[in-house]
Formats: sequence, C-alpha cells, structure tokens
Amino acid sequence: MYRYDEFDASFVNQRTEQFKDQVRRRMAGELSEDEFKPLRLMNGLYLQLHAYMLRVAIPYGTLNGRQMRKLAHIARTYDKGYGHFTTRQNIQFNWPKLEDTPKILEELAEVEMHAIQTSGNCIRNVTADHFAGAAADEIADPRPYAEILRQWSSLHPEFSFLPRKFKIAITGAPNDRAAVQVHDIGLQLTRNEAGEIGFEVFVGGGLGRTPMIGRKVRDFLPEEDLLAYSEAILRVYNRYGRRDNKYKARIKILVHETGLEDLKADIEGEFEKIRYGVLRLPDEEVRRIEAYFAPPPLEVGSDISAKVEVRRETDAAFAQFLAHNLNPHRVPGYTSVTLSMKPIGGIPGDASDAQMDVIADLAERYGQDEIRISHEQNVILPHVKLDDLPALFDQLVAADIAEGNAGLITDIIACPGMDYCALATARSIPVAQRISERFGTAERQAEIGELKIKISGCINACGHHHVGHIGILGLEKKGEEFYQVTLGGSANENASIGEIVGRGFSSEEVVDAIETLVDTYLGLRSGKDETFLDAYRRVGEAPFKEALYGAA
Amino acid sequence: MKVITANRLLDGDVVWLGENDVWVERVTLARTFDGKDAVAEGLSIGAAAEKDQKVVGVYEMDVTIEDGVIVPVRLRERIRAKGPTTHPQFGKQAQAVSA
Repeated sequence: MYRYDEFDASFVNQRTEQFKDQVRRRMAGELSEDEFKPLRLMNGLYLQLHAYMLRVAIPYGTLNGRQMRKLAHIARTYDKGYGHFTTRQNIQFNWPKLEDTPKILEELAEVEMHAIQTSGNCIRNVTADHFAGAAADEIADPRPYAEILRQWSSLHPEFSFLPRKFKIAITGAPNDRAAVQVHDIGLQLTRNEAGEIGFEVFVGGGLGRTPMIGRKVRDFLPEEDLLAYSEAILRVYNRYGRRDNKYKARIKILVHETGLEDLKADIEGEFEKIRYGVLRLPDEEVRRIEAYFAPPPLEVGSDISAKVEVRRETDAAFAQFLAHNLNPHRVPGYTSVTLSMKPIGGIPGDASDAQMDVIADLAERYGQDEIRISHEQNVILPHVKLDDLPALFDQLVAADIAEGNAGLITDIIACPGMDYCALATARSIPVAQRISERFGTAERQAEIGELKIKISGCINACGHHHVGHIGILGLEKKGEEFYQVTLGGSANENASIGEIVGRGFSSEEVVDAIETLVDTYLGLRSGKDETFLDAYRRVGEAPFKEALYGAA
Repeated sequence: MKVITANRLLDGDVVWLGENDVWVERVTLARTFDGKDAVAEGLSIGAAAEKDQKVVGVYEMDVTIEDGVIVPVRLRERIRAKGPTTHPQFGKQAQAVSA
C-alpha cells in the first residue's frame, strides 16, 4: 500500500513547514488574500460558505486503520466531529480554523497523509477502482500504476500551472468501477495477445458544464511507456490547452476543438521524442512498487460459509446486506464489503469521528488493515473472510453503517451543494435525503434494483449527475431552487452522458418526479433483471417524458 | 437594501459589517446600506478591513426587513446566515438561542 519513501517524507515535511510560515505571514499581514489564496489552495484549503474547508488526499482511495483513526482524531479535535468522503476518494473537513491548518497538516504527515494537489490547476489525486487488489474480475491491481503516476505527478514542476485541473483514473478490471471514461486521462488495464500488461488510454473525458466521454487514443499502451505517454499528453495539453477562458480550459475542449486525429498525432509526436528517455519505466521499478501493494496472505477457503448461510435464513437485514454490499473476491472464502455511508435519510458520504474509529477497528480486526474509499462515497473493507461477516455486520449495525443498499436507489452520490459550497446554485444533500426516505424500505429498494442517482448542486457536476442513471442538477431560477433531471447516464465501461428529459422541477416537485420515473420503469421493464438503465436504453425517453409531462 | 458581508480571516466564520465598522456575527446586527453611494462606502470599509487582515471576500448582498428584522433575500445568504440546513446542530443556528 501507499507509503512514503524518504523523498515523500522530506517533501511533505518541507511543504508543511512552508505552509506554516505562509499562514503566519498571512495572519501577520505580510501576505494579502490575493497572494495567499493560490498558496492555500495548493494545500487543499478552500474558503466555503460557512468556514474554511480542508480537502485531504487519500491516494487512489486506499488507507489503513491508523490513517483512518487519524482522520477521526482530526474531525474530533479540529472540526465538528465529522468528515465527508468525496467523489474523488478524498475526505473534506468542513470547519477547520486557518490557524489550526498547519497543525492538522503536521498530524496528517505523521501518518503519511497530506493535502497536496487536492486543489489547483495541477494533476489531482489519481483515483482507482475501490475493489483494487481484491476483485475477482481484475486483470491486475491498478494501484501500483496509480502510485507510479502519483510519484511522477507530485510537485511536477512542468505541470504545476496547467490551464486547468487534471484528473486521472485507472481501473484494473474490465468492469469499470472507477469511471475512467469521464476523466481527463482514463486508463483501463488490459493484456495483449502475448499476455503482457498494458493500458487502453482514454483522453478528454469529463463532466462539468461541458460533459464528454473520453476518446480512446491507444488500444494498448505498453506498461513501460505509461509515464512517457502520460507526459506526452500533459505536454500537448499544457502547450495547446486554452488559458483564455477557464470554462474552456480542460483537455476535453482541446480534444473537441483540435479533433481526435490531430491531437493523437501531437501526442504521438511528443511521445516519440521522450519515450526512450528517463521516463521509460524499468520492469524492476514497477515490480518494486508492486511489492508495496503485495496482497495480504489470505487462506483459500470455501465459497460458502455455513455461519453466513444460517444467519441469512433468519435475518432479513443481513440477507439484504449480503445481496447488495459484497463484491466477489479473487480468493475463495473472502469478499469485499461495502460499508454504506448512505443511511436512509442520511447525508451521503458523511462519517462521524466515532464511525471512523469503528471503521479503523473493524479494518484491523476483520479486514487485513485495509480500507478503501469509493468515488461513490462509501467505505470498503476489501479483504473480509466470509465467516467473519455475521460478526462484522453486527458491529456495522451498531455504528449505523450497515444499510444493505450499495448500488440501489438510496445509494446516492451528492455533492455538498449549497449547504456548504460557495459555488453551488442549489442544495443537493436535502434532495438526496428526501429521495432516500421516499424509497427507503428494504422491499422497495430491492424491487427497484440497481439504480444510480447522482445529484449536483451546480453545473460543475461534482455529484456526477451527467452519468447518473437518473441525474439531478440543482440550479437557481428566479431566486428559487430548481432541479433539472437527466436520464440514461452511466460511468461504467459503457459510459454515456444522460439526456435532459424536459423542463425542471421545483424543490417540492422533484422527489415526486423521481418517483414517477421509477414507477414508469417498474411498469415497463421486461422483467426484474432489466435494470432502469437497460430499460431506458431499450425504450428511450418517450414513456418517461410522457409520464412526467403528459402526452405531447 | 444591502448589507456588507465577508468571512473572518482567522476562522472563516461568516460576518457582516455592523455599526462603527465592527464586524458582527449575526446578520440581524448588520448595518444596512441604501443606494449606490452608501453601498460603495460600505464596500470601502470592507476593503480596508480586508487589508487589515480582519476579513476576506467582501461583497454586498440584498436584504429585506421582515417584522423589523434583517433577512437575507437569497437562499444562499440565508444559509450562510444560519448554517447548513442539513446540520441544524452546526453553524450559527446552533447558537441561535443565546443570540
């Protein structure tokens, strides 16, 4: 797993010292806000509606019990007793004081964590499949490559002042759970005919005000070329990406305006210049990094656990949890468990300090001391013995993180929205809460099946609404909150951008509208196996439109 | 009718410009400004406070008077004045009883 090498330790400590001095100078009046703002943003410190907000990096969503416990400690000591897991696999603290932030960064550094490059026009935290290193369908663990990219991109002098922010995601499984096609660079691990590892490379995906699915620029990029090719893409972007208009500055616009073939030629041209240089990845270096991510020693067991089966028969909540919150593990006798941070009627992604402590304890006790944060704002214990599930479940119930709703209609992604965010045009969280309450019974959720609702409180789309099966975008119209609904989005290997179904809805109307859509789906699906998305793709928007707005 | 608002530098707390150039923690205690010139004067007091490391991000916002009390017009400002609607236990609304 991610661990500092000596180089990391020294630069994180240097950066913390630097920031401490910058805060001191700001408070002493030696730095103006205009001078200080880019410095604080480089250290993940935003100013939101009510207070500062500190965004802490969780590289590729992987952390251990000790680190989780430190996050709990920070929530308790410097914040108001909770943190918020984000769609970029990070955590945000909503109420830190400026003067406390250097101390928080020092505490984070004690457990090899930091807030570097969680903001600003640089390469952000590299995200990965949250079942990485555990999933049965995985070709290879994507995290060693994510770590190599992290090391390359951290404080990269050439790429610290890009036209705009830059996000990379990587998945090691053919079932894409990392939304790679809606990132600036998306990497899909694959094998060629010779059995060698490489990457399908997508460029120019993204959400925000101009949503686009990434375009494939390489069917197979050999492992050894990962960094040189990434550098080539970044160089082309850094040189040609627009800087005149921040809304047209992402690489997706460059792809769109330049055209895929020309851009590919630019990238390949740049790549040819550097491919045999210092960025060529030596095999021994990849294997060395891979050793950081060596799988824990897991004893092969039986696919069926008698303990689990006995409990399943008598406990409906446990049965629902088993049905939805487990992901097949590559080692028989184990499973990856999703701890739902989406209690019915609760706030998606929020975790109290006590819950974080419990997660740390449970990871150490039942999960080989490994924890993952998913971009869907849940927490994963990737390596749990099937036999341990009943005991684990009991403790999850006690901590209120046992909802068996992963992938269901109440497993909603929502950005912080206008309750916290200075950019938001409407609230997201209360809409998520009301939908969760409306559909919250176990029977109803199970009947509806897989349905991903994603809510953003402004056009910047942190809540990924464009790729929700049902997407909700909160806007402001005549001083009132107003919600636009999109249908048919998806962030998996068959990614698609949702289409606006029609005129939007007021805050009072929007939950009813969602219910109308769900009822329409239930009425027209070919069977229980046909998910909302499949049904929508089969029948198109017409029946949904008619149900919402009446016949045209 | 406008008031001048900002966030306090040290803790980021939402504040409004009150009487005697004091920054207050309740919108109900804010000084109101009517007309372009008055607002410009308020903003210049704000700019000076920004220079003095007291506050950041000064801007003017619309308010009305309801039952004799200053109320922000926009929802965003009402949320800033109270705290997150999803977390009634946090923000200014949590201290409302004693205010």
